[in-house]
Formats: sequence, C-alpha cells, structure tokens
Amino acid sequence: MLQLSSFAREATVITVGGHTLQVGLALQLLERAGQHDWMARLEPGSPAWLQALVDGLCMLSSRDPLTGLFNRRQFEASLDSEIDRVARTGESALLLLLDIDHFKRVNDTYGHAAGDVVIRHIGKALQECVRPMDTVARLGGEEFGAVLPNCPASFGQAVADRVRQAIESTMVTAAPDQQITVTVSVGGAFAPLWVRSSSHLWMERADQQLYRAKAAGRNRICLESQPRSEVSNEEREMLFSAVSAFMPDAMDSSMDPTLDASMDAAP
Amino acid sequence: MSGAHILAITSGKGGVGKTMLSANLATALARRGERVLVIDADLGLANLDVVLNLHPRTTLHDVFTGQAPLDQAVIDAPGGFQVMLAGSGLIEYSRLTPQVREQLALLLDTVRPRYDRVLIDTGAGISDIVLYAVSLADEVLVIATPEPTALADAYATIKVLAMQQGRTSTMLVVNQTQRPGEGRHVATQLQAVIQRFVHLADGASITLQALGEIALDTSVRQSVQKRQLLMLAYPGSDAASDIREIARRLAEATAAAAAAGLQSPP
Repeated sequence: MLQLSSFAREATVITVGGHTLQVGLALQLLERAGQHDWMARLEPGSPAWLQALVDGLCMLSSRDPLTGLFNRRQFEASLDSEIDRVARTGESALLLLLDIDHFKRVNDTYGHAAGDVVIRHIGKALQECVRPMDTVARLGGEEFGAVLPNCPASFGQAVADRVRQAIESTMVTAAPDQQITVTVSVGGAFAPLWVRSSSHLWMERADQQLYRAKAAGRNRICLESQPRSEVSNEEREMLFSAVSAFMPDAMDSSMDPTLDASMDAAP
Repeated sequence: MSGAHILAITSGKGGVGKTMLSANLATALARRGERVLVIDADLGLANLDVVLNLHPRTTLHDVFTGQAPLDQAVIDAPGGFQVMLAGSGLIEYSRLTPQVREQLALLLDTVRPRYDRVLIDTGAGISDIVLYAVSLADEVLVIATPEPTALADAYATIKVLAMQQGRTSTMLVVNQTQRPGEGRHVATQLQAVIQRFVHLADGASITLQALGEIALDTSVRQSVQKRQLLMLAYPGSDAASDIREIARRLAEATAAAAAAGLQSPP
C-alpha cells in the first residue's frame, strides 16, 4: 500500500486496477490549496479517494485563487447554461460586470500586496450583496462578473446599486496604517427572453454598458434597458394549451378550450 | 408589381426547418414560373450551402467587403432558382453594424428589379440583425413546429415584430405536423393569444395568415442526408405536396395584395 507523506512528491504514483497513475502533481496542487483533510482521511486509490481527487481538481480549475470566487472559465459555463434556461423558461436573467475604478492608482500608491487585499475585499462584498443562487466570479485583473438568474428587470438597478454603495462606503484595511476606499463602475445586460443567444454576445452587451458607466465618470451603474420580448406565464399557458389540446386523448373534448368570448376583452 | 416581392423567412427557435422551407419553397415557386432568389441572411450560422450541396467560391462576405461584384455571388441552385450564400461561420456579421445594415439594404435594392420573388432566410432568434433583415421585407413568414418551445419562440417573434416594426400581418407555416388539421389548430390558438395579449398603440389588430402545414415526413430527413432538395428527391412525398400547396397560397396572397394595392414598400 502506498504511503502518502505529509508532502506529496511530484513523482508520487498509485496503482488502480493494475494501472499506474501519476498523481503527484495533482496532489501537490490540492495540498497547496488546503485540501489535505480528505487526503489523510481516505484510502489512497480507493473509489472515494479518486472521486475526491477529481472533485478537488474540478474545484481548482473553476476557482480564482486570490478571491476564491469562480474564475472566467466557470463563469462562461454558467452564462451558457443560464442562456439555455432563459430560453426555456422566459425568466429574466441579469449579467453584471464590475470594474474597480482607477485600480492602477491603488497599486501604484500602496503596492501590489495592498491591491490584492482590495481585490479580495471587493470579491467578498460582491458575494455578500447577491443571493446564494447567483454566480459571482473574478474575470481577471480588477474585473468581476455576476449572473443573477430569475432577476426581474425592475430589480436589476436595485441590486447593482446595493453593490456599488456597499463598496463605496467601506474602508479597506490593507495594512494597520493603510485605509483605502475604492469605487466600482457597473455595467449590466439582461439575457434576451425566449431566445437562444450566445454568452459571448451577452458579455459584449454588458461590457458596452460598463464602458458607458466608465465614460460617464465612474462609480455608477449603466444597465441595458428592459428585455424587449416579454412572454408572460399567462401567455405561455394559453399557447401551450394549443399543443396539449391536440393530443389524441384530448381530441374528444373541446377543440379550442380557451377560445371564448371573453378573450377579446382587454386585460 | 414593380420588382420582386420580398419575403423574410424566420423562426424564433432554431432547427424547426427554416432553411429546408426556404430552399424547397423557392423550388416550388420556381416551378410555378417565378424568378426566385434566395438570400442566405443567416450570417452568423449559415447552412443553406449544406442543404443545397453547393460550394460557392464567392459569398455575400466577398460582396460586403468589396472583394467581388454582386453578380459573382449569385449562383444557380439545383431547384431552378438562384441563391446568394453567406458562407459559414461569418461571426463578424452576427452583429448589426451600420456597414452590415447598409450592405443588406443596398443588396435588396439591387436585386429587387431582377426577380419576381426574393426569399430572405434569416437567422433564428430575435437578434438585431434578424429584426433588421425582416424589416427590409414586404412580408414575413414565421415557421414553427407544434412543440411548446418552438411555439413560444414563434409567438415572441410575432409579438416583437408587431411591437417594434408595427407589422400587422405575419404568415405562418407549421412544420412537422402529425395529424391533418394540427397546423390550423395551432394557428388558431396563436391568433387567439395574439388577439388577447398584443395590442398596438394605434389599436390596429394583428392577423396571422396561416399558409399551411408540412406533415412530419421521413423523406425530409432522407433528402437532407442525400444533400438533395426534397422537391427534387421526393416530389411525391406528403411534405413536398404540402410545400407546393404553401407556394400556391403564397402566390395567391401576393397577387391579391397587389390587386388590392395593399403592397407597401418597406
């Protein structure tokens, strides 16, 4: 049986079903990410151990190491699945892009270590301002993103403003004698309802709004106006009854169960 | 009628047979003696070239970038009509820039006098570019299948066209119907939902013109696999005869509109 030392060596191999697997590098990466717990608890090479290894690597490849938020790769995957969901359900979903204003000045004035503290702080503030179901990511540099599923258009501005205010009103302590305040600009766009768009175009639309917010003086929010095709639940149900009414077993009942005189009345 | 009648063929949802209909409807109209041009305006994800098994050397992309004259991009298709193909994967056209806008309008102005009918095969969905392509057309045909998501997407398209472009008339084709009358039933229901929920500021009502249905028919898939037009490979199939009927109704509708002087330029 293989003995795992407290330090996984790069050359570490295990044997599973007669096959030799090189797991040293993977274990080193996971150990550095603070995943020794399961490595010590589980039996090396067992199915549970292998599953934990796969899970651990998935976690590493989807996270940003500095903030612990999702990274761009995972964020784009979330956008894709959200687009699919919006196309099916017609629920409104909002994409927010955040960029720290004049971040270069923070780095130049206080140093990169202080810059890292600011980035971590913003990531945490953003995460705290949204719901647990929302996906928050650091997209690179000083840019962050959030996808908010099932977010009505009337709600978008309020969420974005909550984030902006929370960041503006907080002092970040980078070192005992370093109090830094930063602001963010926010751009947002809703996924087009009932339409299979692409994550690329969605990002681009939100990015255009972010650019507008920057150009208009920073520390502000620009959201793309209301999604333009709204199909309510009521409309959907009435539409779908057309399909179900034509099923063989429903044929004998009324052909057009929803067609009645009240229909022409304005809602 | 002065110049071609321009018909945009669109669908909310992708994969409901939009390009299949464009190519085979063009064939059926050509058989009726019309001079037909199909423009592949599915600029981001074109596949009319695949359906027609054509490998054009010159595409719309070359025309739009000034690398080739328009005539060079007009190709004879197997069904007795002509096509202008987008060329696959021209992602730069998936967004409506002022250049694309201008080029499309110019293209239609140029081809209009030369044909009786121009069919614009648009992309799926309700992107800016689809809405713009549709806005250039005299009439729009929405194709859907009797499946909830396709129906909802078709409805959203009709609604957006009414609200944004003031289109009070939309043609509908229901594809892949499994029973006779299913298409008519779907059209009736769509019309009812529109009447109830879509209200224009000027109080105009929106009419859905049901052009017909296309039966679910294995010969459609077989023709695609053979990379041949349904109308040529299986002219005796149910689907082919449905498409001939749609062509007949379309020609009648156009003639009636022309006679009534209702045809308005875009």
